[in-house]
Amino acid sequence: MIKIRGLQKCFGRLEVLKELDAEVQENKITAIVGHNGSGKTTLIKCLLGLDKYDSGDITIKDFKLNGDWSYRNQIGYMPQIARFPENLTASEVITMISDLRTGSATQAEELISYFRLSGEMEKPLKTLSGGTRQKVNAIVSLMFNPDILILDEPTAGLDPVSSSLLKDKIHAEKAAGKTVIITSHIMSEIQELADTILYLLDGKIFFDGPVNELIEQTGEKNLERAIAKMMS
Amino acid sequence: MTTLLKIIKYQLHDLLRGKWFIIYTAVFFLLTDGLFRFGGDPGQVSLSLMNVVLFIIPLVSIVFGTMFFYNSREFMELLLSQPISRVALFLGLYLGLTLPLSAVYLIGVGIPFMYHAGIMTGGYWILLLVGVSLTWVFTALAFFIAVLSEQRVKGIGMTIVLWLFFAILYDGIILFILFALEEYPLEKLTLILSLFNPIDLGRILMLLQFDIAALMGYTGALFSKFYGNMFGSAVAVLALWTWVATPVWLGYRAFSRKDF
Amino acid sequence: MMSSGLHAGLVQVGANYPQTTISQGLEVSTPGDTLMVHSGTYRERALVVPHQLTLIGQNNPVIDGNFEGEILTVTADNVTIEGITFKGSGLSHLDENAAIRFEETQGGRVSNNIFEDNFFAVYISQSEKCLIENNIIKGQAKTESRSGNGIHLWYSKDVTIRGNYISGHRDGIYLEFVEQCVVTTNHSTKNLRYGLHFMFSNHNEYNNNQFDMNGAGVAVMYSRHVDMHNNVFADNWGSSAYGLLLKDIYDSNISDNQFSRNTVGLYSEACNRIQVEENDFENNGWAVKIMANSMDNVFTRNNFLANTFDIATNSRQNFNAFSQNYWNRYRGYDMDKDGIGDVPFRPVKLFSLLTEKNEPALMLMRSIFVEIMDLAESYLPILTPATLIDEEPLMRMNQ
Repeated sequence: MIKIRGLQKCFGRLEVLKELDAEVQENKITAIVGHNGSGKTTLIKCLLGLDKYDSGDITIKDFKLNGDWSYRNQIGYMPQIARFPENLTASEVITMISDLRTGSATQAEELISYFRLSGEMEKPLKTLSGGTRQKVNAIVSLMFNPDILILDEPTAGLDPVSSSLLKDKIHAEKAAGKTVIITSHIMSEIQELADTILYLLDGKIFFDGPVNELIEQTGEKNLERAIAKMMS
Repeated sequence: MTTLLKIIKYQLHDLLRGKWFIIYTAVFFLLTDGLFRFGGDPGQVSLSLMNVVLFIIPLVSIVFGTMFFYNSREFMELLLSQPISRVALFLGLYLGLTLPLSAVYLIGVGIPFMYHAGIMTGGYWILLLVGVSLTWVFTALAFFIAVLSEQRVKGIGMTIVLWLFFAILYDGIILFILFALEEYPLEKLTLILSLFNPIDLGRILMLLQFDIAALMGYTGALFSKFYGNMFGSAVAVLALWTWVATPVWLGYRAFSRKDF
Repeated sequence: MMSSGLHAGLVQVGANYPQTTISQGLEVSTPGDTLMVHSGTYRERALVVPHQLTLIGQNNPVIDGNFEGEILTVTADNVTIEGITFKGSGLSHLDENAAIRFEETQGGRVSNNIFEDNFFAVYISQSEKCLIENNIIKGQAKTESRSGNGIHLWYSKDVTIRGNYISGHRDGIYLEFVEQCVVTTNHSTKNLRYGLHFMFSNHNEYNNNQFDMNGAGVAVMYSRHVDMHNNVFADNWGSSAYGLLLKDIYDSNISDNQFSRNTVGLYSEACNRIQVEENDFENNGWAVKIMANSMDNVFTRNNFLANTFDIATNSRQNFNAFSQNYWNRYRGYDMDKDGIGDVPFRPVKLFSLLTEKNEPALMLMRSIFVEIMDLAESYLPILTPATLIDEEPLMRMNQ
């Protein structure tokens, strides 16, 4: 589905991704894990074309990234922190993005009621709470019904109810045949959601394999402990 | 193209809600109207406005342009993760700011002028042309700096330094050169130097309209001969628009390589 | 006696009269006669009036010199020429060919004539007590070297030039070695060089004239005791154009004139003891340019309105006095309400001084840098003349 070969990315002198190789499988939830500064977000941004990598290749559904933007029609992205033009309302943002993106936002209405956002849609985004904005963020990423979902710390800032709503939604997306990439600091969440784990360490893949396998190999009772053991 | 137009549309939509634009329009409107009420004839009003145009427009365009670019960071990130090209986004942001800024200037100055003076003189059109051109030049410079510098404070600081350079310091340097090289024929040099500062270009284009060229003897003759005919005016306008195109192009080049 | 004398002295010239040409008429005329020229075009030139005569045109006769030589020369006293159109005196690089020349005469009179396309129109040489009035003089001068003057006076005295319209010549009116002349109510416009040009002519007066759109304005040079009042100097734009250019003028008076829209309103070089009072200077590039070799001139009760520069000079030295003028740039206050500002006004800007020394610097006009520099200099004068100052600036325009 997504193939990454020899991906290198430097910020100035700092080499963040060191000729990284990785693969994301279709119709799986893949978690990218690693400590702060390990290059998770950079990797995601390379996938999205937000960051320009120095060398290496990325192939998404047999399309090799070359600066053409049309492949992003198949991707829904939920950034770590919801950032919107502050003067717009949530519904304006949704209208705007549907307008700009050629595909139609078939899911929008359904998602708004799913996340119980109907009452907040006409307020300027700057007046909304972080959690509410994060929900708008989720709707934007999901509403075009894209084949690939990239979610950067999706539950951060969400209340428990919304958090589980989102997690249910992610499971539902997978069930609908989507490929999902998420990052998170919360190992229990990854254990709950992910099929596969890509463990990043110092700009390289340290571990790549199914979550169950990691837990089984280490003999620990959960992912968090398994990773702690692996690192020691 | 349609994406570009849509981006401009949303920028306009967003900007026109801010109080900034109302204030900016009001300043031009009240100033022009006031000059007519206290001052009198369109020539004098144009000359007084000229100083404002040369002082305020570059400052507002460059500072507001930088702030606008930094404040559009969210919008950029939101859009860049969508299937949208960077060139459309960059030009959309640029035009989305320059078009309303220009419109505000044209309305703010134009309506009182029409009301008080009726039909416009040549100098008036140059005043409008120069105002709009400087808006585009300094917004482009603002974008270029904002793309290069991630830090807001540093970016805004740089824009103010750049404005000081073009608005004030550059002329001081010219004056210094003119007196340091007093023995040499300097007419051509001054002509060339004037091309390298958009504010000077605008100022000279306007001065020639207001007949002040006649004050200058040989230099003036050279200036009016150069800028006065179609060729010279074309060169001046071309130079002014090179001042738009170059920073836009440099800005886009940096923008297309930028990590978000 | 009177009527019979007149009757006896009438010579008529015209197609239907015994004398068909003016030269025939002049030949048969006797001193004191009236020569009546009837309508028609007379292709004649090198005519000479040898004795006292009154030439009167009836129904606009035209004398056409065919652009060769001189048309009419007067060598006798008390000759009057009236109501005739003179055309085409000959262009020459050697001779100053005129339509009418007065040569060593007295009491000549030229009135209500029309002059078209002449090299020189009226030329008064070594003559006295002449009157030139209400003539219309139009030339088609293209270059200075190929054109002559409208009214030209040389070594003459007691001449009055009144109510003429002069355009399209080299100088509209030219006076050289002339004394006790009055130039009044003329309109001299669109001449190639000067509307009025004075050289070495003392004790003269010109007033109520209008001089506009001339190539270089009006020039008064090397003369003493010239009285200039109530004239209009306007619209003389160009790289070396002046409203009024003064060079080596002594003991003269310039009052109640209006200087509008000139590149330089009044230019003074090496002038002494001139009273400049109650003039209006408006919308000029430089209202007054006064070179440092001018001394003891007094500028008082003038109005300076909307000029780009009010006063320019080329030195830190100043030996002239400025007082009680109205300056529209003045921003002082008047606490005691006596109509005179409590703070002195410095009419010389630093920038005008700089441009005087280095002309290309004018390209920086209205630049913010220059405005700041001028502002600083006005509070702390370093380079501008410290004594060129109006200690008593008026708060209101002098009416």
